[in-house]
Amino acid sequence: MTRQTRKTEIDAEIDANLKRAFDNLANEPVPDRFTDLLNQLRTGGATDASQKEAQNDD
Amino acid sequence: MTTDPRDELVEHLGALRAFALSLCRNAATADDLVQEALIKAWTNIDKFEAGSNMRAWLFTILRNTYYSLHRKRKREVEDVDGAYADTLAQKPDHDGRLAMRDFGAAFDQLNDEQREALVLVGAGGFSYEEAAETCGVAVGTIKSRVNRGRARLAELMALDDPDDIELTDSVTVGIVSAQSVA
Repeated sequence: MTRQTRKTEIDAEIDANLKRAFDNLANEPVPDRFTDLLNQLRTGGATDASQKEAQNDD
Repeated sequence: MTTDPRDELVEHLGALRAFALSLCRNAATADDLVQEALIKAWTNIDKFEAGSNMRAWLFTILRNTYYSLHRKRKREVEDVDGAYADTLAQKPDHDGRLAMRDFGAAFDQLNDEQREALVLVGAGGFSYEEAAETCGVAVGTIKSRVNRGRARLAELMALDDPDDIELTDSVTVGIVSAQSVA
């Protein structure tokens, strides 16, 4: 096997690992705080971002 | 047909969380980042160009948020809880693929710039151009970070040993099975 082929395979394997890890994370259930936040924004309850940030909503 | 781009935000929550975690590597900080980025995106939705890549736009906002916080909290930057590495390690391999634990540990040793470039290009499916725009650097810089990041990972996992024939086979198996899952 040539050095270049080997490098391409390693790169592909690294990317596959990265993608698998990223997708595992991205597919995790999203905590309610984010869907709640979007609903809150939609109803106009938190349109002032700077004020909202100052509060700790947990 | 008119659609509100704000309705699409919810579709990117998972990816935003994954990107945030890869940047700050602390689960609590990551979710705070996502929250702040969401509020900024919502209030600046008029700056989103209809039809453009919303994920790239959101990642840029999240990244800017992260780095402005980073500058504010210089003394807290080492607040890494290994959450991303743990996730990388969660799925142990049973078919001879690289151990995810080793991969996660190696990934954690990269510098911020390499990690970010690899996550965007290698994992997130960003083009070099999109990643360059997201990071505010030249395309060549992103390519170089990706290449160095991959080389460093290979080195850390001893993948660059040309005599390791058995591993080569397992790497091929790994690629094939990863594709069949996706």
